[in-house]
Amino acid sequence: MSHDVIIVGAGITGAAIARELSRYRLKILILEKEAEPAFGVSKSNSGIIHAGTQNPPTSLKGWLCVEGNRLMREELSGDLGLNFVQCGQLIVVFDLADLPELENIKTEGEALGVKGLEIVDRAWLDKNEPNLGPDVKAALYVPSAGIISPYRFVYALIENAVKNGAELKVLHKVTAIRVKGKEGFEVVAGGEVYRARYLVNAAGLYADEISAMAGAATFKITPRKGEEYLLDKKREHIARHIVFPLPSKTSKGILIIKTSDGNPMIGPTAHDIGDKEDLSTSDEGLAEVLAGARRMMPSISGGDIIAYFAGLRPVSGKDFVIRHEDPVPGLVNVAGIQSPGLTSAPAIAVMAADILRKHGLALEPREEFQRARPRPAHLFQIPPEETRRLIGKNPSYGDIVCRCELVSAQEVRDAVKRGARTLDGVKFRTRAQAGRCHGGFCTTRIMKIMQEELGLPVTAITKRGPGSELIKEERE
Amino acid sequence: METRDLIIVGGGPAGMAAALAARAAGVGDVLLLERDQHLGGILNQCIHPGFGLHHFKAELTGPEYADRFVELVKGDPGIEVRLRSFAVKLTKDRELSFLRPGALEEVKARAVILATGCRERTREMILIPGSRPAGVYPAGLAQKMVNIEGWIPGREAVIIGSGDIGLIMARRMALEGVKVKAVVEIQKTSRGLVRNVVQCLEDFGIPLYFQHRVAAIRGRDRVESVDVVRVDDGLKDIPGSGFKITCDTALISVGLIPENELLEMAGAEIDRRTNTPVAAEVNLTSIPGVFACGNACKVYDLVDWVTRDSGVAGRMAAEYLAGGKAV
Repeated sequence: MSHDVIIVGAGITGAAIARELSRYRLKILILEKEAEPAFGVSKSNSGIIHAGTQNPPTSLKGWLCVEGNRLMREELSGDLGLNFVQCGQLIVVFDLADLPELENIKTEGEALGVKGLEIVDRAWLDKNEPNLGPDVKAALYVPSAGIISPYRFVYALIENAVKNGAELKVLHKVTAIRVKGKEGFEVVAGGEVYRARYLVNAAGLYADEISAMAGAATFKITPRKGEEYLLDKKREHIARHIVFPLPSKTSKGILIIKTSDGNPMIGPTAHDIGDKEDLSTSDEGLAEVLAGARRMMPSISGGDIIAYFAGLRPVSGKDFVIRHEDPVPGLVNVAGIQSPGLTSAPAIAVMAADILRKHGLALEPREEFQRARPRPAHLFQIPPEETRRLIGKNPSYGDIVCRCELVSAQEVRDAVKRGARTLDGVKFRTRAQAGRCHGGFCTTRIMKIMQEELGLPVTAITKRGPGSELIKEERE
Repeated sequence: METRDLIIVGGGPAGMAAALAARAAGVGDVLLLERDQHLGGILNQCIHPGFGLHHFKAELTGPEYADRFVELVKGDPGIEVRLRSFAVKLTKDRELSFLRPGALEEVKARAVILATGCRERTREMILIPGSRPAGVYPAGLAQKMVNIEGWIPGREAVIIGSGDIGLIMARRMALEGVKVKAVVEIQKTSRGLVRNVVQCLEDFGIPLYFQHRVAAIRGRDRVESVDVVRVDDGLKDIPGSGFKITCDTALISVGLIPENELLEMAGAEIDRRTNTPVAAEVNLTSIPGVFACGNACKVYDLVDWVTRDSGVAGRMAAEYLAGGKAV
């Protein structure tokens, strides 16, 4: 079996590249080691669509971020039925002596083409962000920043790519790559051999290992851990914007993040660690995040927290690594995609396509390309009239499974039909189990729906893939 | 919009007792909404005995206790039961929306009783750090898995917290051949009933660690172990006292929280700490004509008391409807 392009990794980067390449007459294969797309780095993303500020004007990631933000606002949000909300961002200072630094961020942002930046004073903040604490003195207002659900963004891109002919293989970890000169690559994954002229490496934390496997050990990925804490939906309106402190050298700081599902989030920490699998949270991380968030909004308390997790940013130096590896013709690395990777992904995809074209891949537009992806139905997002119309079409939308987040049996079925294979996959797509009871009431019901839809024994249903089976035995 | 005399949300022991008492006190028209496909609520998964010692002077299992009320409710033509009906919205004017397979319905009630029960506090509420593998379940969810579905969640379990559900599940899992390696309680005493500590742990040789806490849950895909540490009287970790227990399952039994999201939506005053209605006496809320009973009102340790107090709520609603008492 031979493809034009194999993409390793179905996170946001691989998904965006697959969707971009699916515009053209190409045979595309995406290989993902996890049970579902977005289960690596992307699932722990904060969901911020950055404006482009807080990046050096000469950086690759700076301009890709500005362009990715534009693509989201002007094209993707509408085309892919995404719930993008342009809520804007504030970068706050606690000391007016830091105003020159804000001015510098403004100047650098403007050099990158970020529009509408404005330094705002305490009076403006009192009116527009009333829950800020007294320590905050002024801020840079960044109107073009917004929020999105990171995993639903990935799912939308993958669904649309697959609709347009791309092939996705999950639980296909790449174990060997053989370079065959002009013929391209032989990639061993999931016990099968796949061949392609071009290999795009979007393997996140493991991009260094994939590149080395293909003969280009040219960079190293270091995981940088971030712990995030989600607050109860009852605190949804605590912040109107995404609120940042002045950035430090290694991170944008502890933020207060609106999320597109309503739960505000606080975090992330930023600590370089050695282990690419370590997703544990810690008492120290919690203390750091709470202190950072409470400095900006003192009314946030530990009692507001309903969930928490840790993610790992794949870091390779200060900027993204996006290039053709000339000693290995056909290998394109798209690596080190740390923040602002989610925002930049659509622009990275265009850039990757262009690199492939420059190295001989013919990009002939596919006339039947379908850019639109219908938006999945989510009861929690729609008014009662729309709920009635949905139930009229299918009574199962009135059959509530998840009481905390208002998710119906039909939404769970829809999620499985769209590719969910695990309990976490259902959660990320529908929000069932994501509320304050954490699945205490709905887990068994969801497992039974998955059992029906997937035709699996219940002992084979997992939280996030093989090894995470939920129960050990079923008795009659 | 259709108007009903009394709408009761929740068909567990509280809602059923309130419905029957309201009928006995003269309410002609009761609509009882239950989100599940059966009446009885959580009693259906409580297959152990110990229910009804006070109310019926007999020792019943949970389903037996529920059935005695289900028969009475079903036999009463003045109570309309709607199953698989999930209340999504309540206003202060007692307009209630509910979803059921096939419809979104809106009804106005002259009086409302919320008998919505409670949910379990989670691992996240006590902020246990570590990883998030499969195998961490609220004890009540594990109870549903074992008793309703016949699913055995794991082979080796640690129970975090010594609430009654956790104690009962320690015994239940032991009876199913699961090795229950420890119950870990941060306080000096169990928050469960003494009889449960004796009958569920001591009789089964399950160790109970008082003044210990689970400091982390470990495991990538499935739980692999928990870190346990001893705490002093101020709940601070005692250095050097930590140890690890290997297990594939961690059940959380650290208390219950009344479910009052509907009441909150209606604008009633809610105590932030306990999530219970703020009102002058039990069963009342700050909204006239809206009552709360059972575990939604306060967390009870025995269902017999839920039955007794929910009956009072039914009579209060009847009085309110008769105009006898401006509540």
